[in-house]
Amino acid sequence: MAMADQEAKQSFRLSMLIYDSRYRAMTIQVVALILFIIGAGWLVNNAAQNLAALGKPLSFGFLSQPAGYDINQRLIEYTSQSTHGRAAIVGLLNTLLVATVGCILATILGVTIGVLRLSKNWLVARLMTVYIETFRNVPVLLWIVFTMAIFIEVFPAPREFKGADPSATMKLWDSVALTNRGVFIPKPVFESGSGIVGIVFLLSLVGIWFFRRWARAKQEATGVILPTFWISLGIFFIPAIATQIILGNPISLEYPVLKGFNFKGGLHLRNSFLSLTAALVIYTSAFIAEAVRSGIMAISKGQTEAAAALGLRYNRIMSLVILPQAMRVIIPPLISQYLNLTKNSSLAIAVGYMDITGTLMGITLNQTGREMETVLLTMLIYLTISLIISTAMNVYNNSIALKER
Amino acid sequence: MKNTVLFGTVAAASLAAGLASAGTLDDVKAKGELACGVSTGLVGFAAPDANGNWEGFDVSVCRAVAAAVLGDANAVKFVPTTGKTRFTALASGEVDMLARNTTWTFSRDVDLKFTFVGVNYYDGQGFMVPKELGVSSAKELDGATVCIQTGTTTELNLADFFRSNGMSYEPVPIETNAEAQQQFLSGACDVFTTDASGLAATRATFENADDYVLLPEIISKEPLGPLVRQGDEQWGDIVRWTLNALISAEELGITSANIEEMSAGTNNPEINRILGTEGDLGGMFGLDKEWAKRAIAANGNYGEIFEKNIGENTAIGLARGLNAQWKQGGLIYSPPFR
Amino acid sequence: MKELSYVRTEMLPEQAPPPGQTGVVRWIRENLFSGWLNSILTLAAIAAVYFALKAIIPWAFDSTWNANSLSECRETAPGACWAVIHERWPQLLFGFYPNGNDGHPDQRWRIVVAFILLIVAVAPVLFDKLPRKMIWFSAVYPFVGFWLLWGGTIWGPLMVLAGFVLAYFTYRIVAAIGGNLLGVIVAILVPVIWWLFLAGPITGVLNGIANIGLPDVPSSKFGGLALSVTIGVAGIALSFPLGVLLALGRQSNLFIIKTLSVGYIEFIRGVPLITLLFVASVLLNYFMPPGTSFDIILRVVIMVTLFAAAYMAEVIRGGLAALPRGQYEAADALGLDYWKANRLVIMPQALKISIPGIVGTFIGLFKDTTLVSIIGLMDPLALTNAIRADQDWNGIVWELYLFVAFLFWIFTFSMSRYSMYLEHKLHTGH
Repeated sequence: MAMADQEAKQSFRLSMLIYDSRYRAMTIQVVALILFIIGAGWLVNNAAQNLAALGKPLSFGFLSQPAGYDINQRLIEYTSQSTHGRAAIVGLLNTLLVATVGCILATILGVTIGVLRLSKNWLVARLMTVYIETFRNVPVLLWIVFTMAIFIEVFPAPREFKGADPSATMKLWDSVALTNRGVFIPKPVFESGSGIVGIVFLLSLVGIWFFRRWARAKQEATGVILPTFWISLGIFFIPAIATQIILGNPISLEYPVLKGFNFKGGLHLRNSFLSLTAALVIYTSAFIAEAVRSGIMAISKGQTEAAAALGLRYNRIMSLVILPQAMRVIIPPLISQYLNLTKNSSLAIAVGYMDITGTLMGITLNQTGREMETVLLTMLIYLTISLIISTAMNVYNNSIALKER
Repeated sequence: MKNTVLFGTVAAASLAAGLASAGTLDDVKAKGELACGVSTGLVGFAAPDANGNWEGFDVSVCRAVAAAVLGDANAVKFVPTTGKTRFTALASGEVDMLARNTTWTFSRDVDLKFTFVGVNYYDGQGFMVPKELGVSSAKELDGATVCIQTGTTTELNLADFFRSNGMSYEPVPIETNAEAQQQFLSGACDVFTTDASGLAATRATFENADDYVLLPEIISKEPLGPLVRQGDEQWGDIVRWTLNALISAEELGITSANIEEMSAGTNNPEINRILGTEGDLGGMFGLDKEWAKRAIAANGNYGEIFEKNIGENTAIGLARGLNAQWKQGGLIYSPPFR
Repeated sequence: MKELSYVRTEMLPEQAPPPGQTGVVRWIRENLFSGWLNSILTLAAIAAVYFALKAIIPWAFDSTWNANSLSECRETAPGACWAVIHERWPQLLFGFYPNGNDGHPDQRWRIVVAFILLIVAVAPVLFDKLPRKMIWFSAVYPFVGFWLLWGGTIWGPLMVLAGFVLAYFTYRIVAAIGGNLLGVIVAILVPVIWWLFLAGPITGVLNGIANIGLPDVPSSKFGGLALSVTIGVAGIALSFPLGVLLALGRQSNLFIIKTLSVGYIEFIRGVPLITLLFVASVLLNYFMPPGTSFDIILRVVIMVTLFAAAYMAEVIRGGLAALPRGQYEAADALGLDYWKANRLVIMPQALKISIPGIVGTFIGLFKDTTLVSIIGLMDPLALTNAIRADQDWNGIVWELYLFVAFLFWIFTFSMSRYSMYLEHKLHTGH
């Protein structure tokens, strides 16, 4: 009380902390911060006590111990003698693989469907509506197990390819095998000289870029529109294929062949990967389609009419007037769909795709019994991926946003 | 009072304050029920029937302990646990004991701080293949695609086996038994591997069980048994000796049919000690004299439980094998009651 | 002047348009075959529909509803085996809820009643034409619903409810005497004391006087669609207040509060729900004082609530941001303090704009409840596995998945239609 009296003389009373709006904001924040620290401290303290009582204090040492288990799909060198940490990286790469492939395919499919949904063709528009309403209204986990079931039940087992009169045969001139263990496709084999083909290919990509710049400049200067698409396509393929033939096919294909229990050689796309990707793509594409549709609808009809009045054809109205504007509306929901797809890829666990949840938060958790460390680490990794995606996309979004002046 | 759920939402802290860490026995008595961790569903070992009643070999151990401690074989709360959640459930006190075909290993016993109280089933990891594959030994499986149920010691054994034999394989990790069956039956994998008992249980549910064979190799030792938290010796002793009572009962010929008759008194002092007509063994760990009698009466002795749930006359059809009494050449052996 | 005899004095009768420009033919031409691209699309669509129906129709209809096992099905009909749905639909809907087969009375009516009351309770929130008084029932519903589902004595939920009533009156009385802040503090303390120390004993006493109750149903009996709906509804209802606070926190100009809110929201939105469910199933007990253990459904609801709150906050923040600046300024000009301004002016408008988003969040959450199957709860998807583990139905796949998909689809589709209706309605206001 003495303190309060003393301070009252300096024309400051404790109650001013609450009633004076100059101090109140500070008081509230300090109280909130203290409460937060107490709460967090309580949780951390409990966790520390519990873990100490169990005799396993927080330690990430297990990451450098040998994992002991095998992983079927690995993008980097890994054996059962590698460490848990390396297993986690293998899982992380698998997560990134399915997320990248999924985002690209979902965008292509989603944009196509979104545009078709607005088509004037009654039948196609209805069909797309059915597609969207079917796929987005059923849980993605169900789609994942459903597509997995399709792979397992519908496609033939490798042993059905055997024998003199097999009940199943390889497709596309014996180059692709659709089995219920996944799809085997030819794998490119790089021999000496393939580097040159690669360099030629890269050079032609650079060439396309310069060509398009030149064509655009020419169009702006003279108004002549060149058939850029066909010429680009030509530059894309012809030099590389020509080099390939001149050098005597340095890049060859290794075809899958049935050997023993299974197909050998070629590239094995496992059905866990395929079904997870397929399910994520069809599910997410339904949402992307809706985003695209509402983005296009958000552009006022006057824009279309104005463009039509300028004499532009439908395709050009779309690509030059509507889509550039619609992009600004579409990008933010698209970002969140990419994030959702990446996060949903954690459901890989349901079909045994060895992503980061399957390795670090799955088998490693089981073998080491380190729940706290593995789950926290997994969350941290997903958080980092999410933040990177949203930062990157936000930078892009800002670059195309309307610059208000 | 089941209102803990609701009160919990509004005052989770109060729950915490109330439960100081008394012994597990006192906790169980206070709650009036035994929380027992079981698997989410493995026919014969632990599975809910259509009405949600749990049945099986592991379940019977839970019921026997509940009968010994609480006098009611139905006073059990079965907590289904997955391979991932089981150890946490036990360590955090969510369950009082775990009876979920769990392999007794050094690291689980020592590093994870659990006490395995004994072995109720001696198992080993085996392989199942379709007959038409024409394989007669696991050594011929080079290059095979193998379905494994994750969350167990199976992955490690499998990796070790193939590595030590210099063979390659393609692992297909699967979360649940039902999915493993689906993949195996459709030929998405050549081989299905898990504990031999699990293989037999799975094979029993197949439509054409005869088209599939178990390979002779058993690649690991899997002693399965109930376990409790380390540090509560009294509770560990209760679970251990309940299991031993079931085993001794079979050895001594006490069955659920003749237990009433025998508890009137027999000439065999060990039977009398188990059934509480002589001495007071139960009193030594805080139970009454008739604890073992109730445990045996609940589901019968070890042999009866085995025959009823997984024995040769059931769909699962497991022979006693290693799990016969030591006098019949098996490994099932209980220390003496004295 | 010459008379013009050829000028008509009456109109000619309208002629029928050329045959290609009328009725069905014209419609088809305009809508399906207006150009070569459109024609290709139409033909492709027709082909797709044809092949899809050709594969599905015979399978779906050449089927049987009466059989006791898959092999019996296969003998009767080559197509689908709907018999599994016929036999197991109660389990897919109600899980292991007591069904009268084990000697105890059938309790499943409680789920049905709880569900019907749920519709009554959410109706006033969804349709603003209904009498406002109904909102009181919505406020009481959580307690009614809890009591119906879990059973036990009615006094428990009533005592908890009494805590809230107590808080309200304490606030009125103390605030009148000692000012607003004191009122809030006391109104938080009193019910907490009530719940911690008094509610339990008083429940016991009342129970002794009048034992009104329903048979207990433990959480382990919950399953099927009832479990999904329970988790979904509880999650969304509990996350709503938290979401409002977080949204206000994120919009706040107090730095620390804003930072905490943003950190929380971004953290939760950055991690998959499955990791949070793992936290619920394996880690939550570590964060509680030693010896605590609580119900798995409760743990899942807590994590789902924390999860949904972050998304809810973003939806409501959208609503707040959409309000014209003038509304805030007008409220300030009236001399309302922060809470009054929010309660009387800002929130009613912002929430109204956010309802489509909230419904969207709910749809997402409802679909995400299938993830609990991964941590061992028996939702419809997990039950399909359990059913396939049964010897009779070993190997059945499509029928079960389709039925479960259909169950979810009915719910989510009708909700998304509602949300569209609402968007439509809100749109006309501007």
